[in-house]
Amino acid sequence: MNDSFLTIAMPKGRIFEEAAELLRTAGFRLPPEFDDSRKLILEVEEENLRFILAKPMDVVTYVEHGVADIGIAGKDVMMEEDRDVYELLDLKISACYLAVAGLPGTKMSDIAPKIASKYPNVASNYFREQGEQVEIIKLNGSIELAPLIGLAERIVDIVSTGRTLKENGLVEYAKIADVTSRLVANPVSYRIKEARITEIVDRLAEIIE
Amino acid sequence: MTKPFMFEKPLGMRDTLPVLYETKVKARNEMSDEIKKWGYQFIETPALEYYETIGEASAILDQQLFKLLDSEGHTLVLRPDMTAPIARVAASKLLKQQIPLRLAYSANVYRAQQREGGRPAEFEQIGIESIGNKSISADAEMIALLADVLKAAGLWQFKISIGHIGFLQEFFLSILGTEERASVLRKFLYEKNYVGFREHVKSLPLSSIDKQRLIEFTSLRGSAGTLEKALALVENNKGQDSLSELKELSVQLQEFGIDQYVSFDLTLVSHMSYYTGTLFEVYAERVGSPIGNGGRYDNLLEKFGWDASATGFAIHVDRLAEALGEPMQPNAPECILFSPERRLEAIEHARIKRSEGRRVTIQDISVVQNVDAFTRTFSEVHLFVGNGGNGKDE
Repeated sequence: MNDSFLTIAMPKGRIFEEAAELLRTAGFRLPPEFDDSRKLILEVEEENLRFILAKPMDVVTYVEHGVADIGIAGKDVMMEEDRDVYELLDLKISACYLAVAGLPGTKMSDIAPKIASKYPNVASNYFREQGEQVEIIKLNGSIELAPLIGLAERIVDIVSTGRTLKENGLVEYAKIADVTSRLVANPVSYRIKEARITEIVDRLAEIIE
Repeated sequence: MTKPFMFEKPLGMRDTLPVLYETKVKARNEMSDEIKKWGYQFIETPALEYYETIGEASAILDQQLFKLLDSEGHTLVLRPDMTAPIARVAASKLLKQQIPLRLAYSANVYRAQQREGGRPAEFEQIGIESIGNKSISADAEMIALLADVLKAAGLWQFKISIGHIGFLQEFFLSILGTEERASVLRKFLYEKNYVGFREHVKSLPLSSIDKQRLIEFTSLRGSAGTLEKALALVENNKGQDSLSELKELSVQLQEFGIDQYVSFDLTLVSHMSYYTGTLFEVYAERVGSPIGNGGRYDNLLEKFGWDASATGFAIHVDRLAEALGEPMQPNAPECILFSPERRLEAIEHARIKRSEGRRVTIQDISVVQNVDAFTRTFSEVHLFVGNGGNGKDE
């Protein structure tokens, strides 16, 4: 059994740089072309590692299906996707939070208020827990637009500095959950490649905290 | 809803095409033979059962049950697992004849899926149940048989993780005091959320020693040495009992000669909530989910009016087929193409070949539009065409 070769799913974009830096700090020799490569699969022979670069939303999907053994995924994605993977470590990078926002001084209407979000499941679960019936409208980006032009009364989105909300004249109404990136593992890989994965977890755990 | 296209199927339903079918039949036969060699008897139960009995006794979530109504208005379910139906048969009939009872099954089970992609809603399980057999040797027999069954199917690389839900429960209760608090932590383990587990432990009003014990608990995985580490963590006697059960099990697995396939994972929690003691999952490379699982369920039979302990396992045949990798291409059959005037000759020729155990297709050539395309999949083609008496072999 090839116990040593490991595939890691990395999120492209915002989280990527911080994740790569974290791995380097933990002593993994990543190739220099790593950061600006357009390749989707990168192999690091001397570390016996293969990296696949995926959309952040898709990392947990690759890991759940076992085509990647481990991956780095935002807690927001994990909450939204609810995939069957091990959440092994809080990497404490890319900190932000999920929040409800809207135009200042507005109240949600009593009958089926509309909520726009890139995270329909998170939004739906949150409002159900609050005992509120809402209609969720799924958007893929520029969520802040929705309340400005009257598509929705509230939005559920990621807030990191709060600048985007402010610049668009929106205010935060409630915080749903803190978000950081997590190290996740496929349930079978976690057993079969246990030694290798535990070693990575330990190396990373040491430099976090 | 728009009208489905002719080729569409309900969410999670699959067709089994010839190559996969052959792989599954072969694996199934090899596994059933092995199970029979251990003295288990195969039985069948109906696909439809009452919701009030099987639906509620099974550990499958309500929203995963396929429900329908019979003509009298009773709610029925398509069986979501085989353990509950077998418990029903055993309690109502078979246990009156023999205890311990060893039963086996090979059947399709049905679990509605919420989401497209990779998860079938109907899938085949092959498994066994050993009822009225409350002993460590019954648990060991389960795991040893599981290993032998997988090897019989041709899978040599696999790993069985063994946990003990009784230990986990006692350990949590001894530290946390209430079932309510224990269930919160159990849920984190079930969701495989170690980060959430650790954070929740940190937030609990516990002594720092107890917090440390709970956090160390999450690393109780590995060889038999894990059991020693676990022993150092427990204080009350009940947790110790479960651990000595596992220790005894570990010794017996060595006697069966399968200890190299086995490791312990005391954090293992199953979606099957009826387990009460040892439980296990089996993993293979190339397959993203466990290919089988099992364990001891000492309270299920009670629901059917018979107080008996039991243990069993089920193998997910589709996932096993995936783990076995590229299927062996079965030898293609031969083909006899005939023209109508030589049909009798073709039939006779095919009969002789079949009696020799060969597989032969006979086909009237006058309806074949493209002979090359049609004959491509056959190992040999024989032509019985034209007036001559000589069969021309190609």
